[in-house]
Amino acid sequence: MTARVWLVVLVLLVASCGGGEDWHAKNVRGVIPDLAFEMTNDEGRTVHAADYRGDVVLLFFGYTHCPDVCPTTLARLAQAIKLMGDAGHRVRILFVTVDPARDPPALLHDYTRAFSPQAIGLRGSDAQLDALTKRYRVAYSHDAPDAHGNYAVSHSSAVFAFDAEGRARLVIASELGAQEIAADLKRLVEAR
Amino acid sequence: MSAWLAFLLPWEFSPLLVALVLGAALAYVRGLQRLPPEETVSVLRRVGFWLGLALIYFVMHTRYDFLSQHMFYIHRVQHLVLHHMAPFLLALSRPQSVIARGLPVRLHDRVLAPAWRHPLVQGAYRLLQNWFVAPVLFVGLIFLWLDPEVHFYAMLSGPLYQLMNWSMLIDGLLFWFLMLDPRSRAEGALIGLGPRIGLLLAAAVPQIMLGAHIALAPEDLFGVYAVCGRAWAISPLEDQQLGGLVTWIPAAMMHVVGTLIVIGYWMRADARKARLTARHDAS
Repeated sequence: MTARVWLVVLVLLVASCGGGEDWHAKNVRGVIPDLAFEMTNDEGRTVHAADYRGDVVLLFFGYTHCPDVCPTTLARLAQAIKLMGDAGHRVRILFVTVDPARDPPALLHDYTRAFSPQAIGLRGSDAQLDALTKRYRVAYSHDAPDAHGNYAVSHSSAVFAFDAEGRARLVIASELGAQEIAADLKRLVEAR
Repeated sequence: MSAWLAFLLPWEFSPLLVALVLGAALAYVRGLQRLPPEETVSVLRRVGFWLGLALIYFVMHTRYDFLSQHMFYIHRVQHLVLHHMAPFLLALSRPQSVIARGLPVRLHDRVLAPAWRHPLVQGAYRLLQNWFVAPVLFVGLIFLWLDPEVHFYAMLSGPLYQLMNWSMLIDGLLFWFLMLDPRSRAEGALIGLGPRIGLLLAAAVPQIMLGAHIALAPEDLFGVYAVCGRAWAISPLEDQQLGGLVTWIPAAMMHVVGTLIVIGYWMRADARKARLTARHDAS
């Protein structure tokens, strides 16, 4: 525990002194944990983080009924992957639904593929989803439903980027454009 | 009812916090039982101790901690409790002698007392409690953790988050036990009662400025809450304005209340001194 604290402090010091790593997104190397989860993919199969080793993974929390943040974020990521050309095949978007009740696998599948062939929808039980959101210190909450039973879900806006070894590398905030994202992802893909 | 109980369950279990809070509570109860008849602890002091301890536990070891990670103003209230209110109450309750009496004799005599008397510990303590270092550290920590860049990483990283909260609690205890010592310098306090009034008021000024800066900022300074998701729907600016006000007003008020209490101590210390001189003259 203490050792990890000092590691993080050291990482921050190096990062703040401009230790050569100049990313458009926030560098979170060593700050947040490696990619780890057990979920069900949009084809109904159980998947683990290890299944995506070898590719750069973009982890994003959302839901298909999301009116604004999710579609715009997914569109930006999809565009960034397109801009990368061939290197884009080495990137996967993992879209984790925080509203599994309204996001059955088939819907998740169609929704994510509509943005990019590299995007995959993931669902989990309450325990699986809670474990993943707690691991990345992410919150989501369901608002009260309206007269038609529709409700909004507030959730995190960030995309967490992991390298081919599953190490957390970047947090991509919503103000970053597709060009900048593409440049960062290219470096991540080539870094291996 | 069960929702309330669920709220009180730890969000991130900390054996260290449980051990310290339980240990302090047990030692306090035992210490009160062993109190010699000539020494009394008023009800107010007891209430201060239990309230201070309970507040620390509540903000650090329940679902409240989850909310603090996902709402800026709740986080500011958490730090107000850890850095100002709880240490303030604990300092007013002066539990040191009671706890020392309640500790297991061997632990006290063989481990804690010798460690406390060790020149290195005493040197470090006196350095941290120096009249200049203590207020600078107290204000400096608030500014450090509210630097948007540092704040971003503190909210994303589990270990760094723990370091932030523990540093605020420990520094709060150091500062308020130093400031709210009822003794004068002649009676053994590290800083005289008069200078402390100035230090308390001076330390409030940068906090007022920082709180106002945050509350009145036209843009979202702390993007990490959008990144990680807020605990419930609230606009980022509203959240930030509330957080700025918490940093600004209640914190400054604690300094004013502290100043009034020190003035009270000062008058009583003067009265004690006058009585002593009178007795001395009479004999």
